[in-house]
Amino acid sequence: MILSKIFKNTLLLLAACLVLSACATKKEVTSTDIQGQMQSDVYTGTDTVEYLADGVPDRVFFATNESILTTASRETLRAQAAWLRKNSSINIVLEGHADERGTREYNLALGERRANSAKDYLMTYGISSDRISVLSYGKERPVDGGSSPLAWSKNRRSVTVKAN
Amino acid sequence: MKKKLIFICLFLIIPIKVFALIEVDITRGNLNPLPLAVSPLSIDENSRKSFEKILDKENIGSEISIIVENNLRTSGLFNPLNKDAFLQAPDIANLKPRFEDWNLIKAQALITGKVTYIDEKLRVEFRLWDVLAGKEMMALAFTTVPNNWRRVGHIISDKIYERLTGEKGYFDTRIIYVAEEGPKTQRKKKLAIMDQDGANNKFLTLGNELVLTPRFNPTSQMVTYLSYFKNLPRVYLLDIETGTQEVVGDFPGMTFAPRFSPDGKKIIMSFAKDGKSDIFTMDLENRIVERITNHPSIDTSPSYSPNGKFIAFNSDRSGYQQIYIMKNDGSDVKRISFGNGIYGTPVWSPRGDLIAFTKLHSGKFYIGVMRTDGTGERLLTENYYQEAPSWSPNGRVLIFYRETKTNAKGEGFSAKLWSIDLTGYNERLVTTPTDASDPSWSSLLSN
Repeated sequence: MILSKIFKNTLLLLAACLVLSACATKKEVTSTDIQGQMQSDVYTGTDTVEYLADGVPDRVFFATNESILTTASRETLRAQAAWLRKNSSINIVLEGHADERGTREYNLALGERRANSAKDYLMTYGISSDRISVLSYGKERPVDGGSSPLAWSKNRRSVTVKAN
Repeated sequence: MKKKLIFICLFLIIPIKVFALIEVDITRGNLNPLPLAVSPLSIDENSRKSFEKILDKENIGSEISIIVENNLRTSGLFNPLNKDAFLQAPDIANLKPRFEDWNLIKAQALITGKVTYIDEKLRVEFRLWDVLAGKEMMALAFTTVPNNWRRVGHIISDKIYERLTGEKGYFDTRIIYVAEEGPKTQRKKKLAIMDQDGANNKFLTLGNELVLTPRFNPTSQMVTYLSYFKNLPRVYLLDIETGTQEVVGDFPGMTFAPRFSPDGKKIIMSFAKDGKSDIFTMDLENRIVERITNHPSIDTSPSYSPNGKFIAFNSDRSGYQQIYIMKNDGSDVKRISFGNGIYGTPVWSPRGDLIAFTKLHSGKFYIGVMRTDGTGERLLTENYYQEAPSWSPNGRVLIFYRETKTNAKGEGFSAKLWSIDLTGYNERLVTTPTDASDPSWSSLLSN
């Protein structure tokens, strides 16, 4: 009885902690949101985005040091998968990139990891790995040469390029 | 490069004296560099004219002494005195210095010498004198082809450095690096090589494809680097003497971060596939490829210990980039970096006792060193962006590259080579004709 009470209290405490920490995270998000073009360190703008077809953006963006796909990235990749299924003769190269705030060699590996996370997602939507090749540029080909968090967020990307 | 044809003759004129009164301590930051006088090498009129014809230098004796002077000054350990204050003429000083004169201008050591033209060859002799003790410390003579005059200057500098500090010098060496040009978003990169003092700069590739991270073989004039030839990032091997290039290994994906083993017989590198990067070696003789790490994380930037028994590398298996060491077969992996921030580019010192690294902490980049067990971390320099330290062959100086911040329009970007002493003192810009990055220091050429 007493034990279960302690257990309950602990749970409550844990829940409170979670709520608090969630609040803290939320606060951070708004502070890094630069002119509505970034959310949680990920670029959400459209400045640099090109289109493979109508409604099919060519790139997805990542948080610093991350290769996890955001909800928006998954949406973009589903659109790419649908387009690729319709155009079965098209092969693609996924070009992975990193921002300039990391060592060159690690960034080459990180770019490869980002491009592969896009590749994995496309494959789960039925695109054969035979049609996809991966190429990492590390930090060698930024789209934005600026030295600001916004510029870096545009550069942390995987771009889908037609190979043929 | 032309190692074989260089020394026709090198001999001691007089045996080196066993004792020396002058001692230069290179283990701490030298705030009081040793004052010394580099007297211009004397030259007779006939020799002077002959070299002027061959080398287009008015006085090759002065030119060589300027090389020596610059090297010694750049080391931060010596303070070559202004020649205007010298009282004794070069030719007489080389025969028998009037030590009172040199003492008067506070020179503690004196370098004198003589250049002669003999049988179409350049003969250089030099002497190092201890001014306070009034004694000769060293005397050497070289005979070589006239075109090697700069190297003679570097070799003399190395001999003096070694005699005065008790450690090998690093002046008769070269730097291979990546020359950069153009806007940041479309940077053109070429392999380039130069003497350690920036002379004899030469581009080795044309810039048609992206090239990165060249590294010297410690035992020969071979270089390994990453090239995006045909848009396939692969590790290549380049013979600087012949210009021949070849892909290293047959990997179905990107290979990168190459370095030689200390015996020069293997290349160690990363291979990236399916989002994970692991470390592999390839034996250059039998072409056998060996896997060293097997982990879902990124394992890269491998660097052997000088005895070849251990490998330092960079991994994010803990969640962030940290430095690890392991045995050369991949066993006994141990994390050694535990300070605040993230750590990359470990490079084992040629002396074996330290690992140089790049660290990112609170938005700043640092070049630092730690012992091979991770203790004794020392940060040598802080900046907006810098990375990729490479050791001088004597393990006393690090060369690295530094990039500047750009403004909102993306202007103001530059990438330059810098060097700093292990002590954290004597930070210097290494001048290159273009922007530069990814430097790698060669071994001593005349070893």
